[in-house]
Amino acid sequence: MKTELSPRAQALAYLTLCVLLIPFVFPTWWMVTSSVKPVSQIFAFPPDIWPRAFDFSSYSDVFKIQPFALQYWNSAYIAGIVTVGTMIVASMAGYAFARIKFPFANAIFMVVLVGLLIPSEVTLVPLFQLFLKWGMINTHWPLILVPIFGAPAVFATFIMRQFFISLPVELEEAARVDGLGRFKIFWTIALPLARPALAAVAIFTFLGSWNLYLEPIVFISSADKFTLPQALTQFTDAYGGPMWNIQLAAATMTAVPVLVVFIVAQKQFVEGLAHTGLKG
Amino acid sequence: MALALDTSQARRKRGFWTMARRDAATGYLFITPQLIGIIIFVLIPLGLVFWYSLHEWNVLAGSFRFTGAANYEKLLSDPALGEVMTVTAVFSAGLALLNMSLALGLALLLNQKLAFMTVFRTLFFSPVVVSLVAWTIVWSFLLQSNGGINGLLQMIGVEGPNWLRNPTTAMISVIVVQALKNVGLNMILFLAALQGVPRELFEAARVDGVPRFKQFYRITLPMISPTILLASIVTIVGALQVFAQIMILTQGGPGFSTTVLVYYLYQQAFQFYLFGYGSTLSIVLLVIVGALTFIQWQLRRKFVFYEN
Repeated sequence: MKTELSPRAQALAYLTLCVLLIPFVFPTWWMVTSSVKPVSQIFAFPPDIWPRAFDFSSYSDVFKIQPFALQYWNSAYIAGIVTVGTMIVASMAGYAFARIKFPFANAIFMVVLVGLLIPSEVTLVPLFQLFLKWGMINTHWPLILVPIFGAPAVFATFIMRQFFISLPVELEEAARVDGLGRFKIFWTIALPLARPALAAVAIFTFLGSWNLYLEPIVFISSADKFTLPQALTQFTDAYGGPMWNIQLAAATMTAVPVLVVFIVAQKQFVEGLAHTGLKG
Repeated sequence: MALALDTSQARRKRGFWTMARRDAATGYLFITPQLIGIIIFVLIPLGLVFWYSLHEWNVLAGSFRFTGAANYEKLLSDPALGEVMTVTAVFSAGLALLNMSLALGLALLLNQKLAFMTVFRTLFFSPVVVSLVAWTIVWSFLLQSNGGINGLLQMIGVEGPNWLRNPTTAMISVIVVQALKNVGLNMILFLAALQGVPRELFEAARVDGVPRFKQFYRITLPMISPTILLASIVTIVGALQVFAQIMILTQGGPGFSTTVLVYYLYQQAFQFYLFGYGSTLSIVLLVIVGALTFIQWQLRRKFVFYEN
């Protein structure tokens, strides 16, 4: 690597980066290490960067206080369905808007784009009424249906559309000459080429569902149906004060798996996101 | 090619179902799930929220009656609303400013051709993938009066405040916690934009002896201005939607000092069960976001120097 910076400027750049890095990585470090400290030491002064003694009991307490394994499963299966569902809905709609000529295509696209401009909080009251009518309050349906078909999916459709527009059209034309139907072309030619965009959509959608907080606390009220973000805040003592070590253990179990996946696949993550951003 | 297409179309013509018509039918089929979803989960609720806002609707009392503009009059005389709007503006502006400047600064640093930049990039980005509530809980833990931040401060002899119990520091806390969580996204966008600036421009500038800061203002900034504008509007609209952090860190307090509009909306609608007034607040949020989007379109015409 060739740099244009003098050694002094280089040292300054590294120093700045390292100092700035502290508030980005320290919280995660503190979460993991505090979760394995004995409860008497989590507020110790001076703070222990490395635990002086280890106590893993908070990890088993997590499962005693709440049905945490079930809540973990709830979050995982909802995020899974939402991710796959969004990929299907958005890639189909995105492809149609980018490639297929049909009457009113532009007008319909404008209508769909409204979903991009409306913050989901705006429609929360009517959606609550709607799901009340459908008997879906305190079920997972609102957390599955709205993200796949509602406003959050529009962003995914937009990404897919932009990607399909940028694909060279010649490949598909050749296939059409060979008599291939639209669906076959979509499925066997366009979709495999769209893997980078699909990866970006998958990442966005999964994180969005995994982090969803306002909707679960509005729609869901019983502990066995909670998702993780909702469950994390429920580890409180009789006075409503948080039981820190147990909360941190639960938070660690929620955050670390995704973090590990990210570090393994960080190239996909970062480039996928940069890609979508540029096209936006 | 065109000829080949025409003959193939002619060959495939089977009565009504010409190739073009089959294509159009497929098109409609492909967009149907999305379109029906938008109608049911966005457009109809949007109409309903406006309709609800014209009603006095207390879910607990079971009352639902048309009151016309009464909720909007209530809005104007709501003693809390002034503070809520101020808090929302301060929070959103503060968050967008901190997020954007930090993101741009980091992107400029990481754009240098130095070793380990990928590692730094990964680490700065990592909070984005940490579960939002987990991240907020850790910060809540860190910001306790006897928590990690004050512990570190005490080591260098500074007596830290009770961060979440004082109006000013509570506001600073929620802004910083949220900025750190998501700055990685904008950083990546800026980094990609910076790498898209043709190197020849800088080389030409260097040959002409243009100083570095001038290169930044005259080349870098104009070239990445579309990204900056896009990112700023996304960030501000995102700031208007922040909820979990407020709920977990401060519950809008102390007093109303961190009660942003979305949190106030949630309180009115889902804690006090005033669905009518909650709907009115939803309309306020909608109008603000709509206005910001409109401004973005105007700015896009005026200030973005370069766009492809």
